[in-house]
Amino acid sequence: MESKNTSYAISNPHKVKLDPIQKVSFGTAIVGVLILLLAWAGVDFKNNSIFLALSLGMIFIGTFIYSRRTYLLHPEGIKNNHVWFNTLSNRGVWAWSLGILLTGFYVLLYWFPQYLGNGAGTDGTNTGIVALFDPLSQLLKSKNASHWFVYGTIYSLLILSLGIKFIYKYRHNRYQIIRTVVVIMSQLILAYFIPEILEGLNADKPYFVKDLKQIWPLNYYITESWYLNAMQVEQNVGPSGLFYFFWAVILFLVITPVLTYYVGKRWYCSWVCGCGGLAETAGDPFRHLSSKKLSAWKIERWLIHGIMVFVLIMTIAVFYTYFSGKEFDIKLFTIDKTTFPIAALIFVGISFGAMLYTYLKLSSHNKFILVGTVILGLIFGAILYAYLTGSSDVFLVKSKFLKKWYGFGVGAAFSGVVGVGIYPVLGSRVWCRFGCPMAGYMGLFQRFKSRFKITTNG
Amino acid sequence: MEEHIVIIGNGISGITAARHIRKNSNKRITIISGETDYFYSRTALMYIYMGHMKFEHTQPYENWFWEKNRIELKKAYVTHIHTDKKELVLDDQSTMAYDKLILALGSKPNKFGWPGQNLDGVMGMYHKQDLDLLEQYSVDCNRAVIVGGGLIGIELAEMLRSRNIPVTFLVRESSFWNGVLPDGESEMINKHILEHHIDLRLSSNLQEIKADENGRVKSVIIQETGEELPCNIVGLTAGVSPNIAFLKDSEIETGRGILVNRYLETNFNNIYAIGDCAEQRDAIGQRRPIEAVWYTGRMMGETVAQTICGNRKQYNPGHWFNSAKFLDIEYQTYGWVFSDKIKPDYQETFHWMAPCSKKCITVAFHKESKLFLGINTFGIRMRHEIFDKWLTEKRDVFYVMEHLKDVNFDPEFYEQYEDMIINYFNSEYDTSLKTKKRSWKRILNLSN
Ligand SMILES: Cc1cc2nc3c(=O)[nH]c(=O)nc-3n(C[C@H](O)[C@H](O)[C@H](O)COP(=O)(O)OP(=O)(O)OC[C@H]3O[C@@H](n4cnc5c(N)ncnc54)[C@H](O)[C@@H]3O)c2cc1C
Repeated sequence: MESKNTSYAISNPHKVKLDPIQKVSFGTAIVGVLILLLAWAGVDFKNNSIFLALSLGMIFIGTFIYSRRTYLLHPEGIKNNHVWFNTLSNRGVWAWSLGILLTGFYVLLYWFPQYLGNGAGTDGTNTGIVALFDPLSQLLKSKNASHWFVYGTIYSLLILSLGIKFIYKYRHNRYQIIRTVVVIMSQLILAYFIPEILEGLNADKPYFVKDLKQIWPLNYYITESWYLNAMQVEQNVGPSGLFYFFWAVILFLVITPVLTYYVGKRWYCSWVCGCGGLAETAGDPFRHLSSKKLSAWKIERWLIHGIMVFVLIMTIAVFYTYFSGKEFDIKLFTIDKTTFPIAALIFVGISFGAMLYTYLKLSSHNKFILVGTVILGLIFGAILYAYLTGSSDVFLVKSKFLKKWYGFGVGAAFSGVVGVGIYPVLGSRVWCRFGCPMAGYMGLFQRFKSRFKITTNG
Repeated sequence: MEEHIVIIGNGISGITAARHIRKNSNKRITIISGETDYFYSRTALMYIYMGHMKFEHTQPYENWFWEKNRIELKKAYVTHIHTDKKELVLDDQSTMAYDKLILALGSKPNKFGWPGQNLDGVMGMYHKQDLDLLEQYSVDCNRAVIVGGGLIGIELAEMLRSRNIPVTFLVRESSFWNGVLPDGESEMINKHILEHHIDLRLSSNLQEIKADENGRVKSVIIQETGEELPCNIVGLTAGVSPNIAFLKDSEIETGRGILVNRYLETNFNNIYAIGDCAEQRDAIGQRRPIEAVWYTGRMMGETVAQTICGNRKQYNPGHWFNSAKFLDIEYQTYGWVFSDKIKPDYQETFHWMAPCSKKCITVAFHKESKLFLGINTFGIRMRHEIFDKWLTEKRDVFYVMEHLKDVNFDPEFYEQYEDMIINYFNSEYDTSLKTKKRSWKRILNLSN
């Protein structure tokens, strides 16, 4: 066996020392984070407006000055020195600590928001870190913050400030600069400011997420009943509900396949998507941790396609239950008990046909395509059966049940807790690579014949 | 019984040979190598020291791969080859019989008999063991001196700088690597080296390495100036040569390397040599008889595997190309561009440098016929297949200039320099060429 590797730890007398500017700016950012942690721990700052502004401002300014100073000291070029020595980026003590902290935050966020202070005060007012964000929420939409608002704000701030760090680090690469500016904007404007402000402006109307870049199957909740209801009630939402409805359909059916074919799935994964946005900014120091083993690649193929199929089945089940109990009226046409199954049969039928054709003609009998084809065939059969028997549960299980487990297992546990929580351990694209159904869906369009299919080099 | 193929050396050439023999046959394959248990990528050694990778990341195949493919591995050094008995003697005194033998021994760093060259703290940068040594020596190093300005020398300088160790770089030539690079490029690299706070000393030879009372290096003396430089590490990177010392008392014919014909056969018909250690008896085009580069090792491995599996095949490396990185500047070369020092009379050289002075290209063409001979490019990536095709089609320099956009391989949104380049060309040679729009049709035509 290989003699035990010397540690390759850096033990040299010439450690780079931080200069005063670096020290002060780094310290500033740390104090900003401390304020958040203290609020989380229950410290009441009394004047939340000032402390929130201080905290967010210090994090932003601190990271900005620190990265500027640090990277401009060196010539432009690739900067990977020491990533496997550093305890934070080499699964050391700091990495595990950060991972546990983040994971803990996600667990509270999804399942125990009262411990973040969400509605935990008397008469349902906020305490803790959620209360700290009340002033900002009031400013944007004239109501108190929720734990999701806290999350969205911190998330956007991280993408912004660590995105700027990324730009300094990769300033030799124009593609990366432009891409990063776009992904920052797309989070800040499309995912954060527009939806929050629109929500405030339409406070009396039913809520749905007004993020223009949400696409099924990643944002599976856009197919749920509360969501469909909210968009459909014409007199309440006005044309915007209808607009969002059609926009979602076009994004899924037209824009995604076409763009993916012509420029590769990166158009979404690293230019638009919020998960990708976080992975490429805050996650950048951890990118090298992804597993390159063959076994990882095998798991990846089954997992990502498995989840994709599950979302498809779940969505059909949810839709089926929804439309068999309700008429969905969007002026141009009405979807109901009779029209929905027929539309579904046509859609699944065409997909089935396309897959079969791909299997036989384009893919030289790829096993994966065959599995996909069979699954689509089964789904087609199930819908047909339910239609003929008049059942409202298409796969013989309650759609609520599927939804609940998907929401818990994939939506929260995988994409949030595991996906981001353990960045410092498994790397930054775990969710994107192993789980994201949107990536799986786009993968179908770039796999064959596209210039962007992923192959080995040589 | 299947024939037993024994390969000495688990570098790129030996491993490629083994993999391809396995693809094409059921022969018994054994690889003997003394350096490491498993194949790793030598070109990535520097990144381990710099912390970009761990050692296991430089192993292109996972450890289960070998058993699964029935490739037997033995960690040992071969000390003798008995060609008459078809038998090897290993350093653990055991022996191993072979039917066919492939020598893929690689190189070793040159040492030119400098006084003090074997002291503690003096090292080459080739094997994994060198890296381990460097790691040890780095612990208390206040200055390192590197002797020899080539590709490995500049890598070693970059490695040491990544640990913030002060580096003095002694280069015999009057400008970095100017035996290979044309002057403009070489000067650009000189500047870039200084920008990385490396103390570059041109036209400087090593005279002597001095030891402290413990036999560890304490300083070097520069021949030209007599200056004594205190240091704790001396890196000897003045080129490499075939690692064939143990063959000297065998019957296998050697020159600087192991002499082979175009079929990579030595003077014994069941012994072959590939990779860095092979020396071509007859020159292939303008290529040097020994080529210590990664891809030729791989090509030789593929070729010899064909021959051993019954499809006797000539080694045919095609047009010369290579690539490397000087600190932050990437370098590619296709065809032949000779440096000002050694260029033949017929070579005309067109040199263009970008305003940022970190990107440049040099195009060599024939003075009379205008035939395109080759190109060096720094900081702009280009497409290998296209230059390869143009060289085969014997395009002239005007064609190359007009179609430069097709060959650009930089990422999207990068600044494009083709128009600037062609304008400069026009002003130099009094032509009125225009760049043609990039055509995906022309570019992708290649793949079929
Ligand atoms: C630091 C560095 C950077 C480089 N960068 C580049 C680059 O960027 N691009 C490029 O094209 N090339 C590069 N090279 C050159 C390239 O790595 C070599 O050309 C290539 O690795 C040679 O492969 P090989 O299979 O011929 O020999 P090697 O990789 O040297 O393998 C030979 C193996 O055989 C073993 N061996 C030798 N004798 C015996 C014996 N008697 N018994 C048992 N085992 C023995 C050796 O220990 C060694 O492990 C670089 C080289 C170095 C050192």
